[in-house]
Amino acid sequence: MNPFILFIQQLVNGLRVGSIYALVALGYTMVYGIIRLINFAHGDFIMVGGYTLAFTVPLMVAAGMPAWLAVVAAIITCAITGVLVEKLAYSPVRRRGNRMSSLITAIAMSLLLENGAQVLFGANPRGVGTLFTLPNIGMFSGTTLLTIVLGALVMVALQLFVNKTKMGRGMRAVSEDKEAATLMGVHVNRTIAITFAVGSALAAVASLMYCAQYNQVTTTMGSMLGLKAFVAAVLGGIGVVPGAMLGGILIGVVESLSKAYIGTLTGGVITSAFSDAIVFAILIVVLLVKPAGILGSNAGEKV
Amino acid sequence: MMKLKKDSQKGTLLNFAGIAVLFAALLVFQQSSLATPYMRGILIQCCYVIIMVTSLNIPNGFMGQFSLGHVGFMAVGAYTSALVTKALVQAGVPYTGLPGYAMFLIAVLVGALMAGLFGLMVSVPALRLRGDYLAIITLGFGEIIRVIIQNIPIAGGKGLAEGQAGQPLIGIKNFSNMYAIVGLTIVCVALMYAFVRSKYGRAIKAIRDDEIASEAAGINTTYYKVLAFTVSAFFAGVAGAVFAHRGLGTLQTSDFTFVKSTEYVLMVVLGGMGSLTGSIISAVVLSILPEALRAFAQYRMLIYAFLLVLMMLFRPIGLCGTWEFSLLDTLRGIRGHKPKKPQAPAAVKREEVSEDA
Repeated sequence: MNPFILFIQQLVNGLRVGSIYALVALGYTMVYGIIRLINFAHGDFIMVGGYTLAFTVPLMVAAGMPAWLAVVAAIITCAITGVLVEKLAYSPVRRRGNRMSSLITAIAMSLLLENGAQVLFGANPRGVGTLFTLPNIGMFSGTTLLTIVLGALVMVALQLFVNKTKMGRGMRAVSEDKEAATLMGVHVNRTIAITFAVGSALAAVASLMYCAQYNQVTTTMGSMLGLKAFVAAVLGGIGVVPGAMLGGILIGVVESLSKAYIGTLTGGVITSAFSDAIVFAILIVVLLVKPAGILGSNAGEKV
Repeated sequence: MMKLKKDSQKGTLLNFAGIAVLFAALLVFQQSSLATPYMRGILIQCCYVIIMVTSLNIPNGFMGQFSLGHVGFMAVGAYTSALVTKALVQAGVPYTGLPGYAMFLIAVLVGALMAGLFGLMVSVPALRLRGDYLAIITLGFGEIIRVIIQNIPIAGGKGLAEGQAGQPLIGIKNFSNMYAIVGLTIVCVALMYAFVRSKYGRAIKAIRDDEIASEAAGINTTYYKVLAFTVSAFFAGVAGAVFAHRGLGTLQTSDFTFVKSTEYVLMVVLGGMGSLTGSIISAVVLSILPEALRAFAQYRMLIYAFLLVLMMLFRPIGLCGTWEFSLLDTLRGIRGHKPKKPQAPAAVKREEVSEDA
């Protein structure tokens, strides 16, 4: 095959994976921006969304509706899960503990969701069924292009929400200064809960994209995806909404291209099996060289 | 002053007596019908988990610098020591009896030194960061170590010259001699206890309580942080070496995933961040409990996670806080003396400090 076409295909694949990472990274970055907590459970929200899809897609099909409408159920379930996790675990711990306790609670919630799902649904992967039936456009699959377009749309919508609505302004205010925001009449706890709801809803959309690609869900599907998305959030500048988008796309493209070319470039010393290590190496380099990330700075817009 | 010296002598004697009693109990256990391979396996597991959890407590508990990638160092120790014993056996060194002990000891040392070296290499860049960023960067290093081990040929298949990348390492000799491993565990715990009680340990605890204040007081914080991290990685390497030679004969990188790391972190937190006693208790209990409650095996991690959340809600300092078991004080307590000083204030102070951080 023509090497140039191959390159373009890898690039588009990278964009597809990158859109998924970007949506997940947005959830990390919004929560971190507002309460300075790495929400380790965020990756598992994707899993919650995935299982919701797995259960509602057959219902949708049976009811004669398009299968992808199941994403509405996934969004609702994920948002509820996110708010519950915040209200039942993070918020009480945050009020009495320190930041380390919050971090440990986040790890615990991740374990809880993952193992809870394992007890409920078993360790075997579950099929999701066909979500979209799209024709291929040129040399690209329809699903891939749809994923990229959908990702871009969601990101634009989020950007509008954060910058143009009253709620978005409240979120920015809380992340800037909680006390001052309270004095200005922002309902801080409600704002935090809505941030969790929006972040988790984005994870649900990400799970739709994931399922459209792989057609199956497992209880641990969120852990590696979540970690890589977190790397993306740090790369772009954690707490910065456009940063998460940029970071996600970059990680996706780098991962896709490195899988395809690193073997040839290094003469077979480093093979594509190292792709996970490459993502984490990027994280380490970013943290050491510019811990604030590409777009992160004090002047940057935070959410 | 005299009283103190006498106390410490008494304490040393008592501790040696305690160790002797422990070994006597072990001897009885070995002779009894209880000593099935299954029970021995659990005991060995208790030993390496104790070493691992106490070593992890040094950065996470005593220093307050959260590491999430410590299984990486355990993996380095495990694979290095396994390759050392393999090389020695291949070179024709006898591996039974006394030479066997020596070989095991050498392998443990080499593995631990290698892990310590990795700890040093990781900590110099990583410890520039704090808090959750440090947690993430250590997690990243842990994953990188795992992926690299998975992809180097000598750490897979039959190992050494006939290695095959991506395969489990097989044919590791069994060095799970109960006395040697229990002895090794005691030595490791004693060394770590001495470390956290030494001048270095005090500096490390000062860093945990207030990094800026301790820097102002003349403590070279970077040096002590790197030192504590390296020491901790060294002992994690010992735990890995014991794990590698526990008798199953195989090692695979899936033994050293991020999930395993969180499991050890969980034990540190439940036991008490800054209490070796707590780490030992939680290591033993959480190693034995899953075996005792086989019927609930699938709920194990679920219950742990739930416990962890409850602990963070109601007792964020962990089961033991910073309390340490002391044979001398316990005996005195039995005889009606009051313990010299309660440990509670230290824990309270720590919370106060962290609140405004």
